[in-house]
Amino acid sequence: MRSLVAANRIEARLGVVLLLMVIGLSLTTDTFLTLANLTSLLNNNAVNLIWAVGLLVVLIAGGIDISFAVAASVVQYVAVYCFEALGGGNWVIGFLVCGALGIGLGLINAALIHGFRIISIVITIATFNAYFGLLMFFSGGRFIYDLPDWWTDRIFIFEHQSASGVWSELTLAVGVMAGCVIATWLLIRRTTIGRQLYAFGDNPEGARRAGVNIALMQAIAFGWMGLMAGIGGLMQVNIVKEVVPNALYGRELEVLAAVVLGGARLGGGKGTVLGCIFGVMFVAITQNGLNLLGISPFAFQMIIGAAILIAISSSNISLDLPGRARKGPAPETETAS
Amino acid sequence: MTDTSEQTGDALRLRGICKTFGGVRALDDVSFDVARGEVHCLAGENGCGKSTLIKIVTGVYTPEAGAEMTYFGERLDGITPNVARARGIAVIWQDLALFPHMTVAENIAFDEMVGPLPRLTRPGQSRGRAGEVLRRLGVTLDLDAPLNSLPIAQRQIVAIARALMGDARLIFMDEPTASLTQSETDGLLEIVRGLSADGVAVVFVSHRLAEVLEIASRVTVLRDGKLVGVYPTEGMTQARLGHLMTGTELEQAVTARDRSAAPPVLEVQGLSRAGEFHDVSLTIREGEVLGLTGLIGAGRTELAHALIGMRRPESGRVLLNGREIRPRSIRDAIREGIAYVSEDRLSLGLIQPQSISDNTSISVLDRLLNGMGLISSGQKTDLVQHWIEELAVKIGTPDDAVSTLSGGNQQRVVLAKWLATEPRLLILDSPTVGVDVGARAGIFRIVRQLADQGLAILLISDEVTEVLHNADRVLHMRDGRLRAEHDPRATSVDMLEAEIYA
Repeated sequence: MRSLVAANRIEARLGVVLLLMVIGLSLTTDTFLTLANLTSLLNNNAVNLIWAVGLLVVLIAGGIDISFAVAASVVQYVAVYCFEALGGGNWVIGFLVCGALGIGLGLINAALIHGFRIISIVITIATFNAYFGLLMFFSGGRFIYDLPDWWTDRIFIFEHQSASGVWSELTLAVGVMAGCVIATWLLIRRTTIGRQLYAFGDNPEGARRAGVNIALMQAIAFGWMGLMAGIGGLMQVNIVKEVVPNALYGRELEVLAAVVLGGARLGGGKGTVLGCIFGVMFVAITQNGLNLLGISPFAFQMIIGAAILIAISSSNISLDLPGRARKGPAPETETAS
Repeated sequence: MTDTSEQTGDALRLRGICKTFGGVRALDDVSFDVARGEVHCLAGENGCGKSTLIKIVTGVYTPEAGAEMTYFGERLDGITPNVARARGIAVIWQDLALFPHMTVAENIAFDEMVGPLPRLTRPGQSRGRAGEVLRRLGVTLDLDAPLNSLPIAQRQIVAIARALMGDARLIFMDEPTASLTQSETDGLLEIVRGLSADGVAVVFVSHRLAEVLEIASRVTVLRDGKLVGVYPTEGMTQARLGHLMTGTELEQAVTARDRSAAPPVLEVQGLSRAGEFHDVSLTIREGEVLGLTGLIGAGRTELAHALIGMRRPESGRVLLNGREIRPRSIRDAIREGIAYVSEDRLSLGLIQPQSISDNTSISVLDRLLNGMGLISSGQKTDLVQHWIEELAVKIGTPDDAVSTLSGGNQQRVVLAKWLATEPRLLILDSPTVGVDVGARAGIFRIVRQLADQGLAILLISDEVTEVLHNADRVLHMRDGRLRAEHDPRATSVDMLEAEIYA
């Protein structure tokens, strides 16, 4: 148990920070700890968490993806035409079409990265621009409001009316989010594929020598990210009831910040679903708390930036604190005589 | 240990192995046999074809037509790395190929995770099996500790456990002891003996000849891709083995000279630092090579660090050319004229992707400035040219990346970098770790040559032979104190080793 905490220090620490934030906000505002606020927090962040677990898989495999939010917009636009061609569609077709489109866009990234042996940040910055440029070019920047009813109708998986008449509800997106989170956890923790993804991210050459199929790993990591991007895009439309070409532009950095805060290592080989959830919650509660406290929204990005700096630097410092049985690789001065 | 006379058959039998890469004959009609449960050593200089041979046996490369390979009596044809592993052939690469952020148990059981079809994992069971393998090896490690929290020697054990997890019957170990200290090496050799007694054949690749002769029952020597021969280690000497590997007679003689008349360069008087070294006094004279040896933890590296300002001594004095110095940083030490070539040169001492020229001049950039305060390319070229010639570094052009050089030549570039600072005292800390015999001789030729030019040299090494053959005087350090001084001409390797390991 102790080593479990030691191995997940970032998660444990972030959990404590979250708890303190929740307690602090509960005491300083009377609106934070209400069912209505908590459910709306979940509704508003469901899509972010869907993307976050997708990005987590890419980070574990040693990559990074900048293009997924824009890819989700591309999926939305193409899906509109697909549903029209398929006579309107329904939720099953919706998941199939958006999932497949997302996987396709993810596989383009994987193929470019593996085929040309170019690091993922370069490729996904390129595809980010290419996807966005193509989308703006072909959509002409037009919004689409004329969407199938099934897509925009609200579906609640939980409803509650308080004594004072305030409605609290959870949307379908939250349910889908839960599904994506569980599926990702199963993939990375409980399948041999997941262990190979960690190994590939940790030591690609070592994984290759152990017989891990590198091309397959890239395809799974970016394919999974694409699948999550597509599903996130589908649910986003259900929430906002419109398709806007630049609506998701810029969301990638917010999600990336959350995942990195949650302890995923940019070099690969490290990261947990729990940390990912905590990271997204931290960003969400920070934003929500600032709102409720009536602080300028401009403070938000400042705080997220500071939080990342503190989280990353303190996780390095902690290696040298006493109380840890074994330290990291001994510093140079301690190497033998 | 299984005696070759008791062998019940060969674990591995190779005949007529040839492999050519782009016109270069890496292996030319090589035969290689390993008996069941035998510890067999594969010896040869870098580039002799050892790695190619290992890669052929493990299916990374395919041998050219005409090769015959049998493994426990069965033919090995069209083998791939996965097939090799499934049949019990394991390799522990020098870089271990482990996963630093995974736990010990996950590393040991990793190969179970690779297979044609994705499956669900059973972490509890894998962990249990990993624990069993460690028990079989007789070691206790925290199964849940992340690998990067372990020292190298323990990671080595994890790599061995990982090989055993796949029921390995033949294990190749590629320089397993290169980064281990003497006591860690002893522990590893003990484990190898245990494996051998269990019937696991081990092929050991090492540049440390003493170790090879201690652990192996037979040694196969390769040179330039050709088989030189297979020899029993009984009755084999290090000198003869070195000769077989390089094809040239190596200087294995004591080269000590009496330098007591020369003026002292470094004088250390009563230097102490609690828990590290105590009351150390020594003198190194102009043109003298002073050897410093002893067990792990004796305080040798700590002493060297105190001389170059990386640690502050608590009492005592250090005099350089008669003047007291108190360096507070490596930069201070360089200014005073002390150069320190650290143990881990290849990663810490060189910037691999940069050019030979940049690497050589990095330590003295401030001395190469022109009137405008910019680096003078003329002066830089002259400096680099001078040292390349002086140390006979074999290079293409000075603009090639250091990573294109062989280990021995990289070593010379490190030396060149430090010599460019025009030191009066050169400290060499374990200068031959991971360097093959031929290149070692080359390095010590340079050391001798530098001493002849008047440089004072402190040679720190674990390897008694190395110190005895190349130093003018040898100091034995133990528990932070200097225990004895020896004249290499009046002692022997055995006597000195007996004293050190007593």
